[in-house]
Amino acid sequence: MSDIDDKARRRRNLAVALALGALVVLFYIMTMVRVHP
Amino acid sequence: MALATYSDTRVATVGDYFALLKPRVMSLVIFTGLAGIVAAPGHIGPVTGFVALLCIAVAAGASGALNMAYDADIDRLMSRTATRPIPMGAIAPGEALGFGWTLAVAAVALMGLFVNFVAAALLAFTVFFYVGVYTLWLKRRTPQNIVIGGLSGALPPAIGWAAVTGSLSLTPILLVAIIFLWTPPHFWALSLWRSDDYARAGVPMLPVVRGKTATRRQILAYTAVLVPLGLAPAFVGAAGPLYFVCASAIGVWFAIEAFATFRETDEVREPAARRLFRVSLVYMFALFAALIAERLLHLPVLAALV
Repeated sequence: MSDIDDKARRRRNLAVALALGALVVLFYIMTMVRVHP
Repeated sequence: MALATYSDTRVATVGDYFALLKPRVMSLVIFTGLAGIVAAPGHIGPVTGFVALLCIAVAAGASGALNMAYDADIDRLMSRTATRPIPMGAIAPGEALGFGWTLAVAAVALMGLFVNFVAAALLAFTVFFYVGVYTLWLKRRTPQNIVIGGLSGALPPAIGWAAVTGSLSLTPILLVAIIFLWTPPHFWALSLWRSDDYARAGVPMLPVVRGKTATRRQILAYTAVLVPLGLAPAFVGAAGPLYFVCASAIGVWFAIEAFATFRETDEVREPAARRLFRVSLVYMFALFAALIAERLLHLPVLAALV
């Protein structure tokens, strides 16, 4: 695998991690909104 | 429908996955969905409103990814779509399917859990209609593909409205009808100068199957219904003078360009159709921007002024 491919893969992994992190935060906020309207 | 053969030519980037979501289509869907949320009576919390809009956007993106997965074989034959991530060999069709279905299910589930089930059901129906009815059934079978299939692209204002109210009424149905009638002249204008592309891919768009003259007539007929209907929200107490002026002025402009397209003789460059395509985008943007602006600025509706 070339350096460019390796970088592309790392960026994809980072994007997936950020998306999952954002989902966790979103679920937390929505749960709080629902529990304490 | 067989999925296209995949040849691994490069590693997919984040940009490839973003392109899979059809961001330009998504932006229009977000905009009309936001108009539905803003125009609806009642209150929705900012977080819940954001989640509703996010779900609409993600489901639209998912539909785009699924469309690209199922249409990869024809996308590689058309110059407009040949540079999409799947024909370019960056993403495998199966991977796009997994990506698309995951996002679609997640968006509908999130809408049901955190907003309401009416909005979630409408969102699920929209994805089903775009993928199942338009992409898999109508697109390759009938020149009415974008007429009927256009319903999926027209539904976001109703989903936004349902996210706030939990129901539907005349106003969201009018907004859906406006986008529904706007879709044929918009896409047929594009297909007039892209007809070779569609013919090569075997997609039965109206200019390919019935010819350009019939397409021009149909564009004019749909425009004749669309422009007056575009004014209707102002007469049912859903919009004010700003909307009325925008819908009238750009509606007249739309009609002028539709008529120019009807009379166009340059069948190679199709300059009038290109102009009509651009005006149709301005029309859609202006109508919904006016609707949003009036609500945010608390401007009175037209019925209150007469």
